[in-house]
Amino acid sequence: MTLLETNFLADFDATSAILLIPLFSALVLALLPGYRLTSVLNVLASLLTLLVALSLFVARPEQGRLLFVDDLNVVFIALNTLVGFTTSLFSASYIAHELETGRLTPTYVRFYHAMYQAMMFGMNLALLANNIGLLWVAVELATLTTVLMVGIYRTHEALEAAWKYFILGSVGIALALFGTILVYVASQPVIGEGLDAMTWTILIERAAAFDPALLNVAFVFLLLGYGTKVGLAPVHAWLPDAHAEGPTPISAVLSGLLLNVALYAVLRFKMLMTANEAALAPGPLMVTMGLTSLIFAAFMLYRRRDIKRMFAYSSIEHMGIITFAFGMGGPLANFAGLLHMTMHSLTKSAIFFAVGNIAQAKGTQKIADIRGLTESHPVLGWGLVIGVAAIAGLPPLGIFMSEFLLVSSTFAREPLLAVLLVLGLLIGFGALLLRLSGLAFGAPQGSLAPVKASYVPMFAHLLLVLGAGIYLPPPLVAWFQHVARLLG
Amino acid sequence: MIHPLVYDIAHLLAGGMVLVSFMLLYQDRMHGLLNVFAFHAFILSLSVAWEALIQHAPHLFITAGIALVVKAIIIPVALHRIVRRLNIHRSVETVVGIGPTMLAGMGLVALSTALMLRVTAEADPLARQDLAFALSVVLLGLLMMVSRRNAVSQVVGLMSIENGLILAATGAKGMPLVVEISVAFSVLVAFIVIGIFLFRIRERFDTVDVQALDRFRGERQ
Repeated sequence: MTLLETNFLADFDATSAILLIPLFSALVLALLPGYRLTSVLNVLASLLTLLVALSLFVARPEQGRLLFVDDLNVVFIALNTLVGFTTSLFSASYIAHELETGRLTPTYVRFYHAMYQAMMFGMNLALLANNIGLLWVAVELATLTTVLMVGIYRTHEALEAAWKYFILGSVGIALALFGTILVYVASQPVIGEGLDAMTWTILIERAAAFDPALLNVAFVFLLLGYGTKVGLAPVHAWLPDAHAEGPTPISAVLSGLLLNVALYAVLRFKMLMTANEAALAPGPLMVTMGLTSLIFAAFMLYRRRDIKRMFAYSSIEHMGIITFAFGMGGPLANFAGLLHMTMHSLTKSAIFFAVGNIAQAKGTQKIADIRGLTESHPVLGWGLVIGVAAIAGLPPLGIFMSEFLLVSSTFAREPLLAVLLVLGLLIGFGALLLRLSGLAFGAPQGSLAPVKASYVPMFAHLLLVLGAGIYLPPPLVAWFQHVARLLG
Repeated sequence: MIHPLVYDIAHLLAGGMVLVSFMLLYQDRMHGLLNVFAFHAFILSLSVAWEALIQHAPHLFITAGIALVVKAIIIPVALHRIVRRLNIHRSVETVVGIGPTMLAGMGLVALSTALMLRVTAEADPLARQDLAFALSVVLLGLLMMVSRRNAVSQVVGLMSIENGLILAATGAKGMPLVVEISVAFSVLVAFIVIGIFLFRIRERFDTVDVQALDRFRGERQ
């Protein structure tokens, strides 16, 4: 406890600001009444965090024993705070509508905003943590806050989804903790007792001397544990329910950010494993889980009747692709994985923004009751079309590029795996286009109520995805290449 | 050279937790289950306190205190009240019979002992046995979660997993942040108990309104 406090207060820099802004805002937002004020403050706090996070690219603070910034996590932090900011914009208009229709009461909205910032705090802490114990605590905090948000509507289904998420998430993080303890047991004889033996920057330097057998067992626990939070099959069961029943901004944040945070944890431990020559290669395990998730989710996409649930399965599919890419390893596949992760975060949250507006305009989430959106709500409908085209991997959008890179690099190394990968991609592609044609085209059906929400966040994301698909700025490419080499 | 009795006592307490985990597996009454869980947490607190003594790590006494007060007293008492209030104390529905579950449990303990003793050949002997026992407790807790249908017994399974993890964390000599982690766990457990309360009422009476619950029981006309 005291260690944490002194570290936070002793040197106040950008790293602590990224944590203190959300933490402080969470406290303030819990106390303030009135949704107008709180939603504006929520947006402001998220913007401020984003600005501080961007400053990390220019001036990097010194690395501490509990918190640190390196070339890998700075990418995650920038993405996290960017999507956090745009989602807070979307959430402001979304929440106003929920208040009008009476699905949420002002008290719940106050709670919602406080939890939003608390969740951002948890995720940023996980990304900045230089200590594997602190990383675990932060992931647990992010889990708890999202559980509360998923259950916020308090309908039977929402509570059930929150409960399922809670139980599965708790088992997941319990396994991850066991893995963390094993890593400590492996590092303690080499580094000695105390905080150093859990500090990631020290672990990675000395990892070569750790007992490989212990590391192997630890990694299996960590992969299963944090993999539950990534939503990898077969431990994905919480994900579709949690996405479908919670407020849509939370679905956007879950898919766009929380899954990445859990994946980040897996990547950190993967780097530890690769640093130890005698330990099991972590790649094949990740490749297997990734491919299973991809193919399983691609088939599941066909039978969906709920629009949010469908895109939740699409998230499982894409997390599978990303895990596969990082599992393959090597500069090219890692580059594709990083690019795919960024593009997926942006696209999927844009889709959830569109879906949130659609569900509010139509008053339903059932796919069968939503038809002909491009005619009834042209801007929204075409936004959804672009989003789904992007997530399905159509050129010239960003995801096409990352998938193309991944497929071509896999073909060069493991043709058999590439066949499976392409198969999964095509099956998912078919399902998405099939559903999209019903949703977006044909004669409009159901409510024609206009949408009052702002389209800015959605189109901002889609523009970024389109831009990245056509032209990736050389500094970004250089940065991703550098990080890809770090990942090994 | 540490006195062999020191090891023996640590061994006894950690092994006791595995035994109590087995006892959890065959409880078929809700109140019995909760009492055994309280006992599980009590042994955990003794074990952690013993580790604190022999490792000269006074901060572990905080963890022991949390285990004793929160897990052995407050949580079981709260769950007893919930069980009585929701009138679900009659029996625990199991998915698999007790016999096969116990056999599976033995298999899991054998597995975890074989695995942990093999991979920790070079680790500190005290940490070694603690890890083997802790993994057994974790796996038995998982087994309990999958073999029970009822939400309360699933939560008891989850909490016994956490007890196993605290045992592992305290057994790993000089592990930092153990106190913080046990506090984080207590927060989690508190959420679970609140969650169960809301959820169970919901499941049985289709509302979270406690007054409606009273009406169902005929207490309000």
